[in-house]
Amino acid sequence: MDGFAKYLGRRLFQFFLVIFLGVSLAFLITNLSPVDPVEQSVALMTNFGATDPRSVELMRQALQELYGLQGSMLDQYLAFWGRVIRGDFGPSLSAFPTPVMSLIMSALPWTIGLLTLSLVITWTLGNLLGALAGYYRSNLLLKFSGAAVMALHPVPAYIIGLCLLLAFGFIWPILPISGGAQMNLQPGLTLDYLRSLIVHGTLPALTLVLVGLGSWFISMRSLVSNIVTDDHVVYAELGGVSSNTIFSQYVARNALLPQLTGLALSLGNVFGGAVITEFLFNYPGVGRLMIQGIYRGDYALVLGVTTISIIAVAVAVFIIDLIYPLIDPRVRLS
Amino acid sequence: MLNTLQAPTTTDSVLRVEGLKAYYQMNYFGVRREVRAVDDVSLTINRNEIYGIAGESSSGKSSLIKTIAGAITPPLRVVEGSVKFDFGGRALDVYADPQAMKAARWQNLSYIMQGSMNVLNPVRRVKHAFHDFAFKHMGISQSAFRSRVEQHLHRIGLDPRVLESFPHQLSGGMRQRLTIALATVCEPDFIIADEPTTALDVLVQQDVLALIKDIQQRMGASIIFVTHDMTVHAAIADRIGIVYAGRLVEEGPTLDVFRRPQHPYTAHLISSLPRIGDNKKRSALPGKPPNLADPPSGCRFHPRCPLAVDKCRSENPPLVVRQTGRVACWRAGEVQAA
Amino acid sequence: MFKILRDMLRYNVEFAIGFVLTLSIFLFALAHFWAPLPDTAIYLLPPDMPPSAQYWFGTTSRGQDVLWQMSSAIWNTMLFGLTVTVLSRLLAVAVGMLSGYLGGRWDQALMTLNDTMIALPNIPILLLVYFVMRDSMSWPVLAATAALLGWNYDARLIRSVTLSLRNREFTRHAVFAGMSVPQILVRQHLPYVMPVIFFTAMNNLIWAIGLEVTLSVLGFSDINRPTIGGMIYWANQHQAIIAGIWWWIAFPIIAIVLLFLGLFLLAISVNEYIDPRSRLSRMGA
Ligand SMILES: Nc1ncnc2c1ncn2[C@@H]1O[C@H](COP(=O)(O)OP(=O)(O)O)[C@@H](O)[C@H]1O
Ligand code: SF4
Ligand SMILES: [Mg+2]
Repeated sequence: MDGFAKYLGRRLFQFFLVIFLGVSLAFLITNLSPVDPVEQSVALMTNFGATDPRSVELMRQALQELYGLQGSMLDQYLAFWGRVIRGDFGPSLSAFPTPVMSLIMSALPWTIGLLTLSLVITWTLGNLLGALAGYYRSNLLLKFSGAAVMALHPVPAYIIGLCLLLAFGFIWPILPISGGAQMNLQPGLTLDYLRSLIVHGTLPALTLVLVGLGSWFISMRSLVSNIVTDDHVVYAELGGVSSNTIFSQYVARNALLPQLTGLALSLGNVFGGAVITEFLFNYPGVGRLMIQGIYRGDYALVLGVTTISIIAVAVAVFIIDLIYPLIDPRVRLS
Repeated sequence: MLNTLQAPTTTDSVLRVEGLKAYYQMNYFGVRREVRAVDDVSLTINRNEIYGIAGESSSGKSSLIKTIAGAITPPLRVVEGSVKFDFGGRALDVYADPQAMKAARWQNLSYIMQGSMNVLNPVRRVKHAFHDFAFKHMGISQSAFRSRVEQHLHRIGLDPRVLESFPHQLSGGMRQRLTIALATVCEPDFIIADEPTTALDVLVQQDVLALIKDIQQRMGASIIFVTHDMTVHAAIADRIGIVYAGRLVEEGPTLDVFRRPQHPYTAHLISSLPRIGDNKKRSALPGKPPNLADPPSGCRFHPRCPLAVDKCRSENPPLVVRQTGRVACWRAGEVQAA
Repeated sequence: MFKILRDMLRYNVEFAIGFVLTLSIFLFALAHFWAPLPDTAIYLLPPDMPPSAQYWFGTTSRGQDVLWQMSSAIWNTMLFGLTVTVLSRLLAVAVGMLSGYLGGRWDQALMTLNDTMIALPNIPILLLVYFVMRDSMSWPVLAATAALLGWNYDARLIRSVTLSLRNREFTRHAVFAGMSVPQILVRQHLPYVMPVIFFTAMNNLIWAIGLEVTLSVLGFSDINRPTIGGMIYWANQHQAIIAGIWWWIAFPIIAIVLLFLGLFLLAISVNEYIDPRSRLSRMGA
């Protein structure tokens, strides 16, 4: 039990460290940049007409206060933490006066849903295929599917998504290529709405699955082909244990542990793929929100999405860290 | 095979190995390598016998015993010869009938492999190992099986509660005992053990040796086991075989081999054993163990042999019957253990 | 080195294919130095010409030859990738080797920092950097930022190799002989770490090129400098798909996929070659 407490303590420390460093980094980037966000926003606003110098000055002050850009660097830093903790990033400039936080909160479920679903599929399928391919080395079908999955793996999400979009949106138009659900449907637990959700999510999810499959496949296959030479597997084979039992209980079960750690380590990267995919398919998640924010010069929105992404990924990593001991008895009972 | 003479065989033999050759054959980026780890070995083991195999590290002991156990994986391949068991009238040719071999595992024949502290699955409780390996051979109900296993553990001096543990919660000695328990729970006719005591400290080693001997006597099984530690052989083997560079160079009843070694290499092994009240400095064998990918011609021991003559360099001495055992040396019997 | 290359070409099909693919794409990119027109010039050629004997891959709606655009684009994209790879290798090697060699508290501290960096989502941070830098953003700055974000996975791998070297005989000899830490690391350990560096470099290159494509597709780079992602960006701006100018998008995609395939085949075959475990078992240890 002592070992478990230690494990938990370490993970918790890492969790807070990630959030602390990540949020500080976001602050630093915005503060060290040569571009003044207030001037940028003012310039953007005055493009639309308001050019009276007095009102510009007023606006400048209001913005400085809104963005917490008054006082010394340390004041600003502390103010930023205060806003992160309160979950208040000010109003969005591009959707004035909607608060940034409520934009993020309505986008976040889409991203979480899309990512969770595609990640579960990717991880399960990639590991299953990889484990089978590592264990049944000479199976031709596995070899072939493995080669296909591996060839896709280095190609960036955008390219795979674009090809899917061309294939299923133009050449053989059977799937919607834009949005999260049909516009005119009332969100709710109706069959029509769920159907629409699934149909709209198919291409983005498929993109993420195709992008992610290869790396799980490759790492699982090489893990398994190492594990089959481990003493406990060789011995079970000599003991006449059935090959199904060996595969599931002796090989796959041991290989899953590092793959679960790998899942936690990969989340930061996976999130990046989601940003691009959402943008490509106009999917209403935080990734699209961020890119729109950049195009529209919406300082508060971009900073808010970045900060929330950092925190969300850290939380997801921590959840996986909590699951790990359930599977590895060496952490649970040491 | 011409130059190997059979030892006097009784009708009561359990294992007959004939002209066995097993090589590691590798081919990588166009480079071929062949390690002749088991080179023309013939031996016979009797019912109720404990047969020890001795030799320095890398001489091919594990390769030999793996080949006997049918436990080889590429690149190790059997090139020639046969391994045949006879379990009370039921014959089993290890490399001719893989199906029968599979059926015989654990039922008639069990194997304790080198480094057996790591043979238990780290992520499952110990009880599952017993179930996976032994249950199907017993033909009894789950609960009867459980109590049978608990009884067995008890006799071996293990608390049956270890069944509910994970391997990492047990000490090395306990895990070693557990693998011995696992290998004996079906009461097989034949046990093959590779360095079963090497990783243990001396006290635990004594315990485990006593345990093996005890089990063997109670079950009437035969055991072939490997260790480079001559004192272990002295303690439990009925007969020993000495392996040098992939070949059996001498074999005989333990006592005779220790008293009157016939082969210069055996003599060296025995003379380098520490003896009480004797502080004489032992002479080390000159030279290095041979490279099995390119072994010396003739007698493989000749570059290091104090008695080597010209004939030794060109002609390989056959393993011939001499006194109570067999020996492969042109000048057999000319040495005396110092 | 040359002998290894020859053996790999002869005995490893994956390596041979990967090598040929990468080399041909590299040569194709090299050709842009002899391009008939400057790669930033627009509207010099008739726009929207389909592939023909004169314009093999057609022309863009901006009056550029797709073939020569691609040649420059691949060159620029590879240059970006290589810059990121070299810079991030320096970081990964420094942190990984120091962490592995020093061990103890240093190791713990460096690896905690490393794991923290791994858990940060790269793309949002890169986008934030781009957002606040805007017009002062140039490709070398972007490459440096990417390098700062892209070393931590590999630092871990390099660390584990160095860790295993730490207790070897020759390290102790070197310490007794009075060699300094940098001397030991560079002269004694680096040769052993080299294969891992090489393998991670291939993967990092793939990652960095993917990153460049992603960012420039969104228009978050110097859009006047031709890159693979930039070509797709312009094609999207001109609605090339809807207008049926398929060659503007298809050829860059094919080129980039071939490049990825080539690099990836190189990476896995090199990995197989240097993987200590499979190598040892083949050599018989
Ligand atoms: N997997 C392998 N591949 C190639 N050669 C091997 C392998 N395992 C062992 N060998 C070689 O076979 C010879 C005998 O090894 P082994 O049977 O393990 O000896 P021992 O058990 O007496 O120490 C050694 O020269 C060793 O290098
Ligand atoms: S045959 Fe010759 S070399 Fe070999 S052991 Fe006998 S005397 Fe020595
Ligand atoms: Mg051995």
